[in-house]
Amino acid sequence: MTVASSSPPTRVRLPGAEPARRKTKDRTGERDGGGSGGDGALAAVFIAPALLGFLVFLLWPTLRGIYLSFTRFNLLTPAEWVGLDNYVRMVNDPIFWGSLRVTVEYVVINIGVQTVAALAIAVLMQRLTKSALLRGIVLTPYLVSNVVAGIVWLWMLDTQLGIGNRVIGVFGLDHIPFLTDETWAIPTIALINVWRHVGYTALLLFAGLQAIPSDVYEAAKVDGASEWRMFWRVTLPLLRPVLAVVLIMTVIGSFQVFDSVAVTTAGGPANATNVLQLYIYGSAFGRFQFGYASAMSVALLVVLSVITVIQYRLTRAGHTDLG
Amino acid sequence: MAAVTPTAPRAHARARRRISPGRALAWAVMTAIVVITLVPFYWILRTALSSNTGLTADPSSPLPTGLTGGGFARVFGQQSTKEALAQGGAGGSIDFWRYLLNSVVVSTLITVCQILFSAMAAYAFARLRWRGRDRMFGLFLAGLMVPTIFTFLPNFVLIKQLGLVDTLLGIALPSLFMTPFAVFFLRQFFMNLPREVEEAALLDGAGKVRIFFRVLLPMASTPVITLGVLTYITAWNDYFWPLMVSYSDSSRVLTVALSIFRAQTPQTGTDWSGLMAATLVAALPMLVLFGCFARRIVNSIGFSGIK
Repeated sequence: MTVASSSPPTRVRLPGAEPARRKTKDRTGERDGGGSGGDGALAAVFIAPALLGFLVFLLWPTLRGIYLSFTRFNLLTPAEWVGLDNYVRMVNDPIFWGSLRVTVEYVVINIGVQTVAALAIAVLMQRLTKSALLRGIVLTPYLVSNVVAGIVWLWMLDTQLGIGNRVIGVFGLDHIPFLTDETWAIPTIALINVWRHVGYTALLLFAGLQAIPSDVYEAAKVDGASEWRMFWRVTLPLLRPVLAVVLIMTVIGSFQVFDSVAVTTAGGPANATNVLQLYIYGSAFGRFQFGYASAMSVALLVVLSVITVIQYRLTRAGHTDLG
Repeated sequence: MAAVTPTAPRAHARARRRISPGRALAWAVMTAIVVITLVPFYWILRTALSSNTGLTADPSSPLPTGLTGGGFARVFGQQSTKEALAQGGAGGSIDFWRYLLNSVVVSTLITVCQILFSAMAAYAFARLRWRGRDRMFGLFLAGLMVPTIFTFLPNFVLIKQLGLVDTLLGIALPSLFMTPFAVFFLRQFFMNLPREVEEAALLDGAGKVRIFFRVLLPMASTPVITLGVLTYITAWNDYFWPLMVSYSDSSRVLTVALSIFRAQTPQTGTDWSGLMAATLVAALPMLVLFGCFARRIVNSIGFSGIK
């Protein structure tokens, strides 16, 4: 996201390498400069496939999704315009609000634990060892699909045969019905996804840590600061901008939870894990209410946009820390 | 490439000099993290090699109980229905080789096309001069903001109208041409390449198309490989979209097959041994792929995510 602000490379153009008329005709190209002459035709060829994909599978569906949210549509008969009906229904739908609440609960637990854990792992890697092997190891869960992660943990946390409850039993604790209990199911799924994603997040933060100049730590050490104090006074403030960007990415990703819920609890027990995406999917493919499902997708899009804007503001605020 | 900062050797020296209690604790935490990370992988293997009766008899044994390859045999359809049922399997038809092949085809198609087209667009955005370029790049960037889920339902409608539901092409098509991220990621790289390279080739009389394919693309091999492996892993692990689009074996990919395999197991008791064998089969190719490029990817992930 920081990308947009990156300045185009400035360079000296070879004298005479470019016809003068271009200067007035093609001002956009002027800024970045090319080799020789305008490349309009060539650019059109190079950009064509990506542009096709962008228009057909990203821009058009976005507009169409918004349109569909104002219709009644079951795939078989043409979409029928119903105005705000879907939105009225959504506002009055307790299951929708329930799924939104469950999703937020999931996001809060998932992001909270994941961010703290990733930060800890990143700092530990930074301060203890920069071993690439270690970084590779923490990334391994990221290589398996959510489906695989869900199934494996479903097995390990099985009430009867799972190793999870056996381990807990060693510590003298009672069995926990991890995925079959309304209270435990969402936290459990959130933690399963922490397991899968924390290594990736840690690597992003680790890269941010690498950018902090080492002499800052040296200076702090000379002043007699402890590791703990250095973390709060040096690492955290200097990392804040990176942390904010990583948070935006992970929160947006976290809101879109689906796979792991679908394979572990499928929304149950009693809608306790019926996250928004699962409800959208069920409305569309279970009950063929594509219009209603689209309206809920729009709601999700709005929620994500608001979060992005808020977090983006916070990122900007964080920039001052770098001085 | 390898971002080794000057602190690295110093940190080592310090570690050797004295192991403070804090440092010991930090290492203990790190070890615990590694264990938590890796235990599920071991547990997959341990369960896959166990028999279902063994698992019930001795659930917490750290080693496989009733060592057998039956789970794998079921996954690959090498067991008769009777045998499978006897060992706690579903006995339904599972065609894992087919799903494996489907996954390979879809992931390869997506990765090759997406990277090629994204690289071409990235080159046009970074190195060619044309009217409206910056504005269009802005539009592409805005596409980063649209969550993929939002496009799923309309894209499904579109794929259905194109008659591509339940085909591998239907699964691949939406991500075949580009992702805003891939374009943006590669554009950053092309912008940072020294222009002299391009100019030297121009002076030698090479056309821009030739320069792109013969000079710049090979120079971009590191970001292309990183992006390629990550794209491959993402495509391979994708579940939601293939679940929407595919209905039958002809287009079923491994992730979807896995969830069906899980749903198929009898109510009397899940076929954990077979299920774990299946997850291993589904996950192994990506672990191997990652193993081959691990260092490169690990080192450039920070770049891909933030810069």
